[in-house]
Amino acid sequence: MIHNRPWLSFLTHSILILGILILVFPIYVTFVASTRSVDSILASPMPLWPGMELVKNYLAALAGPSKSVGVSVGQMMLNSLIMALGIALGKITISLMAAYAFVYFNFRFRNLFFWMIFVTLMLPVEVRILPTYEVVAKLGMLNTHVGLILPLIASATATFLFRQFFMTIPNELCEAARVDGAGPYRFFIDILVPMSRTSIAALFVILFIYGWNQYLWPLLITTDEGYYTMLIGIKRMLDVGEGQIEWNLVMASTILAIIPPVFVVVYMQNLFVKGLTETEK
Amino acid sequence: MIQQRVVFNNKVLPYLLIAPQVIITLVFFFWPASQALYQSVLQEDPFGLASTFVGLDNFIDIFTDEIYLNSLLTTGFFSISVTFSSMIVSLLLAVMANRVLWGGAIYKTLLIWPYAVATMIAGVLWFFLFNSTAGIIAYFLRVMEYDWNHALNTGQAMFLVIFASAWRQISYNFIFFLAGLHSIPPSLIEASAIDGASPFKRFWTIVFPLLSPTSFFLIVVNVVYSFFETFGVVHAITGGGPDYATNILVFKVYHDGVLGLDIGSSAAQSVILMSIVIFLTVIQFRYIERKVHY
Repeated sequence: MIHNRPWLSFLTHSILILGILILVFPIYVTFVASTRSVDSILASPMPLWPGMELVKNYLAALAGPSKSVGVSVGQMMLNSLIMALGIALGKITISLMAAYAFVYFNFRFRNLFFWMIFVTLMLPVEVRILPTYEVVAKLGMLNTHVGLILPLIASATATFLFRQFFMTIPNELCEAARVDGAGPYRFFIDILVPMSRTSIAALFVILFIYGWNQYLWPLLITTDEGYYTMLIGIKRMLDVGEGQIEWNLVMASTILAIIPPVFVVVYMQNLFVKGLTETEK
Repeated sequence: MIQQRVVFNNKVLPYLLIAPQVIITLVFFFWPASQALYQSVLQEDPFGLASTFVGLDNFIDIFTDEIYLNSLLTTGFFSISVTFSSMIVSLLLAVMANRVLWGGAIYKTLLIWPYAVATMIAGVLWFFLFNSTAGIIAYFLRVMEYDWNHALNTGQAMFLVIFASAWRQISYNFIFFLAGLHSIPPSLIEASAIDGASPFKRFWTIVFPLLSPTSFFLIVVNVVYSFFETFGVVHAITGGGPDYATNILVFKVYHDGVLGLDIGSSAAQSVILMSIVIFLTVIQFRYIERKVHY
């Protein structure tokens, strides 16, 4: 039997708490800085308890264009949200449709199309970033939400996940639906999609975080401030050259940029873990 | 592909169903990828007016360029450091979280959430803490009379980007290690405990070997992560400097192509990156059947 060793339990909890502290510490300091004035942040050392300027800083960030970026954090959050939702919903929709075709239909060049989609697994967008930029520029999609979203949808992970899932659904179910007179549309909308809802939700969580946290791609194609996402805006606020960085606003924006994806992870933890371990990214 | 499943006989519908994905793949994947291959054998004049076929000259230039070779070494060192430091910490935390009898769920939640933090944000967080004018950690280092300035000191800059990148990846590795630990049958642990093996011995002789598929999978994923996704960390903290100390490959592609406008060289670098990723993916697929389950 496994002995109870009190000192080992103590060590276990200590290590876990230490690990959590290392993970939480930078976020905590960032939060503290977001509640203080620039002067008190720069008064080295900055005190490690929250200040009085929380409301002021967050309102200033959300409402006004900051000195270094000509657009409000509110607008940038909206852009990030559009990008994250666009990527998540777009990828789920096209993948569901493609997986349905691959599993339930026989058509010419099926294997060719399958391999065409399959090879996209190989190359993340970072690798082909400049040629993709040129393509998007030729299509006139620079500084558009569509340009932010579409190139990141070209990936096969979701298609494979749904294909795997559809293949585990017993054939009898489909036969029964056909006997009852369901055509391909009805079977898809009324049976297949509702049955896949856990997979869809898990995938949504992963893709939302993926979309929200994109950095290199929006950095390349957004030159118009109106299309900046959160992360791009934060970077621009840091690039002030010789001037003083408005740390209080940068830190408030950073906290605002972290909240939506962290909220999704914490409140949908089981779906998140399921999505992560099933898609393996 | 398994063919047994075909049910509906519709001539047009399947093409309509796959059309969106196929079109997006063609336009945003095959077109750019072939452009990269094509441009990598061309030399464009500085005004972008004409280009000439130069064969493998771009590749020869790259592999004789000291900055590129340095970047290759930097990336190697960087990705190995990130992968192993992050995985060791995660493994320790996962083994501990797997041990606790109460509070396990709370520990788990608190250890998982940093996955949601973007790499670029991880860079900003640690950049702020180590910043020479505002940083708390930089302040305490000064108090201890340790001279910290990652804007000038190459070793410190490298340490900081490794640290921030590894920090961001702890949660990811933790989730997979914990999943791996859950899949080990308790009876094995129990049996060795009855035979008198201490907790440490049980870990090294039973748990660790049984985790090897997970570890192997994570090594590949973490190397890919540190090759590409860490762009945000480097861009936020060091911008590739000082003196090219943190100039990893993906940053160099961005720098040469976007800021330097050297399209031919940048395309050739992209092609080299593509070969590296394809190599890593092939390794990963060979082991995909050993996928872990949570």
